[in-house]
Amino acid sequence: MTLPSIKGDAIAAFPAERQKATVVTLPPAVSRRFDITALATRLAQSIVPPLVVLLVLLAVWQVAFSGPGSSLPPPSEIWNESSDLILDPFFVNGTQDIGLGWRVIVSLERVAIGFGLAAVAGVLLGALVGQSVWMMRGLDPIFQVLRTVPPLAWLPISLAAFMDSRPSAIFVIFITAIWPVIINTAAGVRNIPEDYRNVARVLRLNQVEFFFKIMVPAAAPYIFSGLRIGAGLSWLAIVAAEMLTGGVGIGFFIWDAWNSSRLTDIIVALVYIGLVGFLLDRLVGFVGVIVTRGAAAS
Amino acid sequence: MSAYLKLDYIGKSFSRGGKVSEVLRDIRLTIDEGEFVSIIGHSGCGKSTLLNLVAGLTPVSSGAVLLENREVNAPGPDRAVVFQNHSLLPWLSVYDNVALAVTKVFRGRKSKAERHAWIMENLDLVQMAHAADKRPGEISGGMKQRVGIARALAMEPKILLLDEPFGALDALTRAHLQDQMMDIHARLGNTMIMITHDVDEAVLLSDRIVMMTNGPAATIGEVLEVPLPRPRERLALASDRTYLRCREAVLKFLYERHRFVEAAA
Ligand SMILES: Nc1ncnc2c1ncn2[C@@H]1O[C@H](COP(=O)(O)OP(=O)(O)O)[C@@H](O)[C@H]1O
Ligand SMILES: [Mg+2]
Repeated sequence: MTLPSIKGDAIAAFPAERQKATVVTLPPAVSRRFDITALATRLAQSIVPPLVVLLVLLAVWQVAFSGPGSSLPPPSEIWNESSDLILDPFFVNGTQDIGLGWRVIVSLERVAIGFGLAAVAGVLLGALVGQSVWMMRGLDPIFQVLRTVPPLAWLPISLAAFMDSRPSAIFVIFITAIWPVIINTAAGVRNIPEDYRNVARVLRLNQVEFFFKIMVPAAAPYIFSGLRIGAGLSWLAIVAAEMLTGGVGIGFFIWDAWNSSRLTDIIVALVYIGLVGFLLDRLVGFVGVIVTRGAAAS
Repeated sequence: MSAYLKLDYIGKSFSRGGKVSEVLRDIRLTIDEGEFVSIIGHSGCGKSTLLNLVAGLTPVSSGAVLLENREVNAPGPDRAVVFQNHSLLPWLSVYDNVALAVTKVFRGRKSKAERHAWIMENLDLVQMAHAADKRPGEISGGMKQRVGIARALAMEPKILLLDEPFGALDALTRAHLQDQMMDIHARLGNTMIMITHDVDEAVLLSDRIVMMTNGPAATIGEVLEVPLPRPRERLALASDRTYLRCREAVLKFLYERHRFVEAAA
């Protein structure tokens, strides 16, 4: 019954991480003041080191690229030329001259659609594949190959198929994000303990009841690790997708800035993309922790 | 006159990679309604396989399982199973684990309020009502097993199948749960089949003890009546003649005539 190929896959390697999520409620009697000091200490511990490193890196960057013939702008020049983008993410000076916050929102909307579709389709397909040994044997190698195709490579095919930029862009996000969702869901479904299946059989749960009441909750930890990877990938695809659509997204902004040689703007946009991607990853991870809290086998 | 449950020349073989291994052969047994039957035998002889056949979780290779004269060959809530490792769903509370079964079995027959009352009644029966909102991960092994029993009882099964229900528990908890089982059996009069490897447990709880020979191709070696009156008191029985005679009979069967031989394979 077991196919080792997926189990050992790095993508599915997460249950160890989940164990940390067990939440122990503290007795409410603990003094408030003590809590705040502890919190402040922990905050300082997690914020100060990256801040120091960041400052050092900026300093090195400033020194290294300050020469007259340097190819990239130093931080000071970025500040001089693009401080408007940095300071106010939500200004509106005209249809194309808007803050990067607005652009991020437009891009997130696009990602939400593409990733949402990938999540739903990925979980359904993964469930189907995970239920059947032969589906697994037939499809798994294909998925493993397809998931390595970079987002940009899907562009031409997508355009040819849809002949319209909007659905093509969403398809690129979709097709980039779906593989880890399928692969991890399938792994989760295959790992559902035989006992849970027997409980379902004794109760005569039908397919739909089994899907919602046993399969999804039992595989939830796997599904969420797939969703998390998928969310990251779909954000990675945003620049490729928006090269097609144009408009006001953050991805298109970079493409546009490159075409008009605004290097400093590009660097600011990169920081935005990085931070948003980071938050997105944390968000999906957080939702996963909340949702799968009870799924740890005991 | 026909039996409530009839195992009619049941045989079971597994084939794995072209190799067929016969696990059970010619199992014949009839069980009356309300009877408590234990199945005892050395590990690996096929007790769980037999229980799964009755549950319908595995198909028989030959013969048939007849419940009230009708052949059963698929699992169903009329033959509720208490699994050895409780198999509660860890993401559901104790209440919701029982509710899953009750909703599925009684939807359309009981109103929502009636179903709630029925869930609580069954949790009460195993003295777990106080932990209704706890998750399985937050309660002890003995409690989990009790919830598993409550879930099975709540299906109002014709037959309750228990696969070494107390095997993983410490002696004190086990004794406590055995008493509760006797109490439940006396109150509800369910038909129960329990697998055990504990001779005292078998004698204490059963009306009849089914002793299985060693595999491969295991079959029923002997069936022992336990003519002890109920209710039974564990302490009083410790020196009871009949009790000791039954105990000895089972021990003799297991350790003299069908001594466990380490399988060659
Ligand atoms: N699904 C299966 N496929 C192949 N062999 C099995 C299967 N289930 C049980 N067996 C074999 O049947 C025999 C009896 O197993 P089991 O019923 O679990 O024994 P017991 O419960 O008495 O300890 C064992 O030798 C086991 O290897
Ligand atoms: Mg067994």
